[in-house]
Amino acid sequence: MEELSWGGILARIFIQLGPVWISLIVLFTVSMTYKRRLGLYGKLFDSTIGMIGFALVMFWVFVGVFGGPLDMLVTHDPLSQVSGMKNKIPGTPMRGAEEGEYAWFLLGGDNLARDVFSRLIKGAWVVVQIAPIATLFAFMVGITLGLPAGYYGGRLDTVLSFLANLILAFPVILLFYLLVTPEIVLTGIPNYMALFLFVFPLVFVCILLNSRYYTQPKVRTPLLIGVLGGLGWLYLSLVSTDGSVVATPTYSIPGIPAFLDLFDIDPGILVVFVSVVFVNSPTVFRIVRGLALDIKTRDYVAAAQTRGEGPWYIMLWEILPNARGPLIVDFCLRIGYTTILLGTLGFFGLGLESESPDWGSTINAGRRLLALYPHAAIAPALALLTLVLGLNLLADGLREESLRD
Amino acid sequence: MGLFILRRLGVMILTALCLTFVVFWLTNLYPNLEKLAKTQGNFRMSDEAVESYLGKNGYLQPMPVKFGQWLGVLPGWTVESEGVTTGKCFGADTPEDERRSFCGVLQGDWGFSTVFKDEVGTIVSTRLGLTGKLMFFVMLVMVPMALIVGVLAGMREGSKLDRSLSTFSIASTATPEYVSGVIFIAVFASSAFGLKWFKGSATSAMESVSFENFTLPVVTIALYGMGYIARMTRASMTEVMTAQYIRTARLKGVKFSDIVLKHALRNALIAPFTVIMLQFPWLLNGVVIVETLFNYKGFGWLLVQAASNNDIELLLAVSVVSVIVVLVTQLISDIGYVYLNPRIRIA
Repeated sequence: MEELSWGGILARIFIQLGPVWISLIVLFTVSMTYKRRLGLYGKLFDSTIGMIGFALVMFWVFVGVFGGPLDMLVTHDPLSQVSGMKNKIPGTPMRGAEEGEYAWFLLGGDNLARDVFSRLIKGAWVVVQIAPIATLFAFMVGITLGLPAGYYGGRLDTVLSFLANLILAFPVILLFYLLVTPEIVLTGIPNYMALFLFVFPLVFVCILLNSRYYTQPKVRTPLLIGVLGGLGWLYLSLVSTDGSVVATPTYSIPGIPAFLDLFDIDPGILVVFVSVVFVNSPTVFRIVRGLALDIKTRDYVAAAQTRGEGPWYIMLWEILPNARGPLIVDFCLRIGYTTILLGTLGFFGLGLESESPDWGSTINAGRRLLALYPHAAIAPALALLTLVLGLNLLADGLREESLRD
Repeated sequence: MGLFILRRLGVMILTALCLTFVVFWLTNLYPNLEKLAKTQGNFRMSDEAVESYLGKNGYLQPMPVKFGQWLGVLPGWTVESEGVTTGKCFGADTPEDERRSFCGVLQGDWGFSTVFKDEVGTIVSTRLGLTGKLMFFVMLVMVPMALIVGVLAGMREGSKLDRSLSTFSIASTATPEYVSGVIFIAVFASSAFGLKWFKGSATSAMESVSFENFTLPVVTIALYGMGYIARMTRASMTEVMTAQYIRTARLKGVKFSDIVLKHALRNALIAPFTVIMLQFPWLLNGVVIVETLFNYKGFGWLLVQAASNNDIELLLAVSVVSVIVVLVTQLISDIGYVYLNPRIRIA
């Protein structure tokens, strides 16, 4: 078995990523065919920049989904160390490859003799999983607090804005260092923050539905009970681990029992998730507050007030839909920013375990040998670069297309 | 205007107090103190030994009291054990009449670093000086580049030049420092590509700056900050270029280069000024990453050292400095904006 040339490596990677290309082609053909009927999403396919961005983003989404839960694209186990493959350059044949094993390390081996290519793909899943959900949570928090701050103004606005500025004045890295250390995790502070921050989606959905249907109690009551029950269960499963919400060496607050617990979040991931949401929400708050201040002077808001609609109906069903353009654009940008933050956490070795395949940790592990074996750090660096670039281009395309009409 | 600045200063001090209290509280939580005691003493200390160490060093007082002592508004603690009196403000060998009762930040006493075994004030000031050097060169590279890119892109909206420069600025905002730094080191400083133009470490730049050892860190920080400023400049430039007086000038037959340089530029630079000022907090992040990556022992490196070793007093000083930098730049940007733009008046 001989070493692969760069052409050979690229060709093999291309073949290995086959399912991703197929899904991308299917997605683009379907979307292009029906683009006139798809609203803003369809318009995206009129802008070249937006299409390039969308392709880059969806590439990593498909890589993450196929590689993560479906376990398809990877060539080797991302955690197992293969003797003799330490720091090997890309395209090195695997020593002692057995029947049925992939015969090469396509992107080489890292300093612990693990396959860089497989780790890259598993790392994509970590990002694709955490970044959009964390951004979504940050948006829920920002919207739920920003709308009343902008709409009511006054003392509420002063207090909330002061708090938001307080968090924004903190250097992000210092905040991470203060929140994401094992000692702080021991005190249970991240769990309290999770309890607080994760309740916002619940509150948001509850107010959203109640303000719309409160005139029809027959629809509202069963709907709210159903939705709140489902979301509440998800919330409790999310915040409680092993039957307790907060567990410190000295005391613990009981949550739902383990047999009702739908899923357990790894405590490391929970801390990372909470701190990323915490850092992002004040910025979203400021954007939503600014938009609400602007939109509440419009005529349709005055019309709704004259009609006698409640304040929450006006905020959530009059102001929010009209603020969607800038919010969608910012959502894309913010996923990119969250990806950068996740990478920063990994880069400083905070939160996730050191063997985790996420890109930031991999860059951190690879940077010590950068002068001699750069491939182990460059592969995840380029991956992160292309994903964030894709999100930025997508946001740019969306902004252009939403301004056009 | 005077009242506006006064009010902003008041809010600023309140913010700084709140933030330092948060840092103080988080660093003084019991698990952190326990770790501190074990790193200062030995790692196999019993719980009682930890308790007595913490008690002897005044760590077990209530949180607000400790915070007051750190600030210098409450008298420092004193402990008497076996006939020897020690306190926050003096050692056992200080003569009786030289012992002060107050020693906090307000008295100019920032405390003692447990990791570097030195006065916090001197450590922070030397490290800040080193980072100042880095920032000076970053600004020197970043600001003119960003303004040139922004103005060139914005003067003819939608042109080929605009498209390519805009894409370049998007790409630069999408490249965080730890990505561009890694790529730069790999391409320009590693043996794998064989270029070896620059050095992959900036440690020697602390003594003497040279083109070889300082280019990569400066460019790495400048690149990430540049894209955003360039985009803001572009936006404000395109807005100015559609204004009536520009059209008048064009119809009069003024040369295009004169329009851009003499008519448009001054008005187009108001918005970027604010943005440049507001970039400081982000640059601080970049500084931490780049100083870690290039092993340049400045302020960002100090932050990482203080935070990862829970060096409480050093960490507090570092956060006070960084919070003040952020707040002061916000204030300057607000005042500058009012000053530059006569249409905005703040009562």
